[in-house]
Amino acid sequence: MQRFNALSLLRRSVRGHQGWRPHWRDPAPKPAYDAVIIGGGGHGLGTAFHLARDHGMRDIAVLERGWIGGGNTGRNTTVIRSNYLFDESAALYDHALKLWSGLSQTLNYNVMFSPRGVMMLAHTLHDVQVGRRHVHANRLNGVDNEWLTPEQAKAFCPPLSIGPGLRYPVLGAALQRRGGTARHDAVAWGYARAADAMGVDIIQNSEVTAIRRDAQGAVSGVETTRGAIRTKKIGVVAAGHTSVVMAMAGLRLPLESYPLQALVSEPVKPVFPCVVMSNSIHAYISQSDKGELVIGAGTDAYVSYSQRGGLHIAAHTLEAICELFPRFRRLRMLRNWAGIVDVTPDRSPIIAKTPVAGLYVNCGWGTGGFKATPGSAHVFAWTMAKDAPHPINAPFTMERFREGKLIDEAAAAAVAH
Amino acid sequence: MLLIDCPFCGERPELEFSYGGEAHIARTPDTASDDGWTAFLYDRTNPKGIHAERWRHVHGCGRFFNALRDTVSDKFRATYRIGEARPELE
Amino acid sequence: MTGAFRLAQGGRLDRSRPLGFSFDGKAMRGFSGDTLASALLANGVHLVGRSFKYHRPRGVLAAGAEEPNALVTIGRDGRRTPNLRATQIELHEGLAAESQNRFPSLRHDVYAAGRLAAPMLPAGFYYKTFKWPPGAWTRFYEPAIRAMAGLGRAPPSPDPDRYAQRYAHCDVLVVGAGPAGLAAALAAADAGARVMLCDEQAEPGGSLLAAEDATIDGIAAQAWLAEALRRLARAGATVLPRTTAFGYFAQNFLGLAERVTDHLASPDPSLPREKLWQVRAKEVVLATGAIEQPLVFSGNDRPGVMLADAARLYATRYAVRPGTRAVLATAHDSAYAAALALHRRGVHIAAIADLRARADGELPAAARAAGLAVRTGATIAGSLGGLRVGAALLGRNGARPERVSCDLLLMCGGWTPSVHLFSQSRGRLRFDAALDAYVPDASAQRERSAGACRGVFGLAAALADGAAAGGAAAGASGAPRRYAVRAPAAGTGEAPGLTGGGRGKAFVDFQNDVTAQDIALAAREGFRSIEHVKRYTTAGMATDQGKTANMNALSLLAAAVAAPVPTVGHTTFRMPYTPVTFGTFAGLARGDLFEPVRTTPMHGWAAAEGARFEDVGTWKRAHYFPRNCETMHAAVARECRAVRTACGLFDASTLGKIEVVGPDAAAFLERMYVNAFARLAPGRCRYGVMLREDGFVLDDGVIGRLAPDRFHVTTTTGGAARVLGVMEDFSQTEWPELDVWLTSVTEQWAVIAVQGPDARRVIAPLVEGIDMAALPHMGVAEGHVCGIAARLFRVSFTGELGFEINVPADHGQAVWEAVAGSGAAHGITPYGTEAMHVLRAEKGYIVVGQETDGTATPDDVGLGWTVGRGKPDFVGKRSLARPAMQRPDRKQLVGLLTEQPQTVLEEGAQIVLDPGQAVPMRMVGHVTSAYLSPTLGRSIALAMLAGGRARVGERVFLPMPDRTIAARVVSPVFYDPEGARLHG
Repeated sequence: MQRFNALSLLRRSVRGHQGWRPHWRDPAPKPAYDAVIIGGGGHGLGTAFHLARDHGMRDIAVLERGWIGGGNTGRNTTVIRSNYLFDESAALYDHALKLWSGLSQTLNYNVMFSPRGVMMLAHTLHDVQVGRRHVHANRLNGVDNEWLTPEQAKAFCPPLSIGPGLRYPVLGAALQRRGGTARHDAVAWGYARAADAMGVDIIQNSEVTAIRRDAQGAVSGVETTRGAIRTKKIGVVAAGHTSVVMAMAGLRLPLESYPLQALVSEPVKPVFPCVVMSNSIHAYISQSDKGELVIGAGTDAYVSYSQRGGLHIAAHTLEAICELFPRFRRLRMLRNWAGIVDVTPDRSPIIAKTPVAGLYVNCGWGTGGFKATPGSAHVFAWTMAKDAPHPINAPFTMERFREGKLIDEAAAAAVAH
Repeated sequence: MLLIDCPFCGERPELEFSYGGEAHIARTPDTASDDGWTAFLYDRTNPKGIHAERWRHVHGCGRFFNALRDTVSDKFRATYRIGEARPELE
Repeated sequence: MTGAFRLAQGGRLDRSRPLGFSFDGKAMRGFSGDTLASALLANGVHLVGRSFKYHRPRGVLAAGAEEPNALVTIGRDGRRTPNLRATQIELHEGLAAESQNRFPSLRHDVYAAGRLAAPMLPAGFYYKTFKWPPGAWTRFYEPAIRAMAGLGRAPPSPDPDRYAQRYAHCDVLVVGAGPAGLAAALAAADAGARVMLCDEQAEPGGSLLAAEDATIDGIAAQAWLAEALRRLARAGATVLPRTTAFGYFAQNFLGLAERVTDHLASPDPSLPREKLWQVRAKEVVLATGAIEQPLVFSGNDRPGVMLADAARLYATRYAVRPGTRAVLATAHDSAYAAALALHRRGVHIAAIADLRARADGELPAAARAAGLAVRTGATIAGSLGGLRVGAALLGRNGARPERVSCDLLLMCGGWTPSVHLFSQSRGRLRFDAALDAYVPDASAQRERSAGACRGVFGLAAALADGAAAGGAAAGASGAPRRYAVRAPAAGTGEAPGLTGGGRGKAFVDFQNDVTAQDIALAAREGFRSIEHVKRYTTAGMATDQGKTANMNALSLLAAAVAAPVPTVGHTTFRMPYTPVTFGTFAGLARGDLFEPVRTTPMHGWAAAEGARFEDVGTWKRAHYFPRNCETMHAAVARECRAVRTACGLFDASTLGKIEVVGPDAAAFLERMYVNAFARLAPGRCRYGVMLREDGFVLDDGVIGRLAPDRFHVTTTTGGAARVLGVMEDFSQTEWPELDVWLTSVTEQWAVIAVQGPDARRVIAPLVEGIDMAALPHMGVAEGHVCGIAARLFRVSFTGELGFEINVPADHGQAVWEAVAGSGAAHGITPYGTEAMHVLRAEKGYIVVGQETDGTATPDDVGLGWTVGRGKPDFVGKRSLARPAMQRPDRKQLVGLLTEQPQTVLEEGAQIVLDPGQAVPMRMVGHVTSAYLSPTLGRSIALAMLAGGRARVGERVFLPMPDRTIAARVVSPVFYDPEGARLHG
């Protein structure tokens, strides 16, 4: 792998940057691989990276329907945090957060992880109870999360309005200082480049059209728009389209796919130092390094693969943004887009083996998968390599729904009385 | 914002409706096995294409009805009353 | 005179209205009808901005929405608005514009020194470096990059302006009021359709506003325009200038942003600044025109380098001479029209360098006839100059370029149809090799494109195309109207991609400083998809969203990977077409209108009493009633004591109320709630628990049977709508055979809770028609209170003798005041939700959403006794039979007593069994409610604890940041466990 650093940049600048090689090869698919990953987003590419680096599996193909990183990896608002309530979730997301902090060095690619602090606002006494419960649980789980008064919240994020004219006053906030953002494209590209350097074939414009099974029912390969590929291990990491791919293996999952919108403002000089989230009035905002305010909206109400949401959903989010940050009313929306998120009934992911031998699935991240990328990739690669879950993802099975042993972050956060 | 053809009231904007999830999932608490009941509660078709789903005209007539919608284009292909069979599309 | 470069005549200006304005503090003059850009050019100002990355000096490139360079900030304080395009700002008296992204001044920008480092900063450089040492990204590199990035500055204070919104419906919405759009609107209106026509510019007309030598039906184009607008007005069409159709959504739903006041010097304060139109159109005609593309050559970004047709527009529409000596470089005939227009206005045309081998069209012929020097087969190798272009380097086939001095360098790389909205509508695009551009192919909605936006160029063709589209959209019968047009031909051309050699930077995306070299580098580094190249180089991601960049980026990428343009694909067009103000989307939803505030009938009384309120759902509820300067703690203690010793008065009106009526009402409730209702006698109440189908507690409330076929159901405050929705769902879809009606009556009843040992004595004098002595605990009766028809419940959420008086909402406050008056002698005390919470916690009563969190079964919260296990079915029953629902180590409701009685636990605090263990600790539960109980004189807490009921008597620990608190597990009922006081 060509090393990336200031020196190599300087050296090549003299020759007009002619010497740079492709980040990854553009190989034609081989007839067989030891493992096939369906989905070339951050989670899928990261899984290939960890299979190659940690488990010595180099004969791997990542099959991407379009261009890598073009799904939810390239469409999310890049919020990274780990202050989840339940032990299972905290362990998973904090595992990821620890990996984030060294990811640029691991990949020799600047993913611009920026732990600038994620602040979650409380607007009602119920929000305060929920928020403080998180803070206490996080502390005992070794996850940083602190409670701020409204004044402290304002000091941490000066554009925040905590004044009395607010429809829903700010009663406090939970702050995770280790949380922040990263550059989403760089995550996909960095994993792809590092995986490619270890021999992983990244095959774009290759849509899987069928999953083949042998006489015993185990997977034996996939059909793609670029030909058939034999393999004994398939990892499905096709966020948004998981149900579609799993249906090829005859499986029905506890998933529904919803449009999730995001938008950015025109770039302005630095004005917003951190990430602010308000679950109860639906607003998520940070400022990118380029200067754009990056704003996340809620999902639309209905199942859809259209990658387009309703105007009223985006508008409602901007109402909330303008209410919390009235000085941003005059800024302008530059670009609005939508991804497709697959959502489980308990809003926690499934990272597990499936009833089909050789078929593994990593899905159901809902609106928050980006933050888990390195951790998810690491434990999913483990699960695929060893045909058994890593202790961290052991609770995130499909069977939890049958048993009623849900990891219900949504219910724990959102029910009002 | 979608435009939804309520079988009782006609076309109305999406804001007047609430979504009710996948249609035609039979509730059989007496006979369902654990697996069957889990499937009833959680497993969904989630198709990329025609989806049979429930809507309620909550800020209108208040009635539930079923719809066939293409989840790729979000176009409604049919709406029909509860209890009516899923229509065949050409 | 308004500027040295203003022509003495011509233009669509109101020369009777000169206007003063300023740019970076320098006073200048313009005319009504000018844009800021045209006024600046008239004053000889070409240097208007600095680019994003290299801080290169930049001038006005274009004349419309596609402008990438001329971004300015207008206004001050809360009205400061950054990143506005000078080409779209209408001049008004006193307009003060500031340039952006420079320090200390536009001419002397210290950041421009960064060009020395530019070789180190190719596309994507930041992915390759700034990684070392670990942590330096956050501490050093990122803050430095952030400070350099961004364009203008955000407003420093809240925006004082208002924004309005409207919904509209029409038969035909026409987007774009150029010739095609006007012809479409006229044809649709003639066919009787309800027509809306919007255009982003200050006045409708599009290219007609700058049309010279053109006649339509025998009259001058601009006279025809005026007549067309009169006809549309007569036909009742809605014509919206200054209105940008920015988004095209599913099912012909479009978003339009109208700028109402920004062009006015002192707007009427009653007007909104902008207005959002949300239009549902039966049919849409897109007539959005085309955008001229730049040429990509070294130094194509110097101030004074301009799109050729933009220069023509400035000369004709704004009477501005954008230079004195011009060189044109073109690959399209249309630039000759610009050359002729400028030539006629005294601009010396030093050379027309046509990159094509031949230029034989009508326009080149006219130029030659006018004596203009035309060089075909030419190349443009670059430009020279500093803050203004000084010369063009023109060559031919590898010959050494010739330096041709000029102060205006015009370029035309062909025209790209504006397919933004078409593409947003999900229509499919097709690459037209003849045009070298994407054009609409198949529509996805009830939509038609007309004119230049589908590659139909020229006035006559646009009018004919528009008329045909408008007529078809309106379902007109007969052939479309034909217009007799005399106008110069539109000409043809090609999109040449990278046009010259040259060693310097050749810009593709001006604002984001993306060069041809960057595109080539991205391709070399393996980025083959245009979406990847866009993200890697940032081409097309600036505030103009690549209107002048995307096509050149495509052709350069195609050339770099040696593939035809269509195989590289194209990027997705996203909403909005041009940036739209946040406030326009937010509209009136601010402050109290952000979400409607719901208040109870007694809200005014509570407010007058000085109550503090809390938000519960959308309701305002009285939280506590401080007297004098009481703290919340003191007030709550006083309120609690009053209820325990005398009588308290509580507003319970926010509780959801549903009237369940019908012969099968009891059977229905049997199935909806875990409890048994069939045998509940009329006149009696029962505490009901409702589950979700997955077996977890959804809601609770008291249900009273008023008659065999009539129930009064109450729900939690936040759960009312949800519960009614679930009931309707089951009633309509699962059990349609049950004969039952559901009606929300939350708003119909005011609910006055009177609680305490004196409660009966307080209300008895006011009650008629109900035997108060005979009304048992959990009884309900209908009668009169204060002469008002009432439903009287004997229920208690405090553990004391209690009543809830339901009267029609309009009488709520009067009855409340009467009860308060009657209770005065007993020391009746209004109490708020905080005291209510303390009182119920003393009794171990749960609050759904506080003790439960969506993961609790009835048994978990000690409500196993409510479950009618013998019932064949109720919602959630089947799920309760699942293995994990029955495990003995589930979290269960318990009480906690701290060993230090005055130590109040924190709600949300976590429980551990071994306080000495290392982090991560094994947590076995959490505190759900914790108060200092005035009744018991000590702290109490409710908690959910794993296997809790078996742990009563054990010691548990609550590790806090500064200490560990020990507590004893007890029963959750702290007060009057026998319930004797309920029957007082």
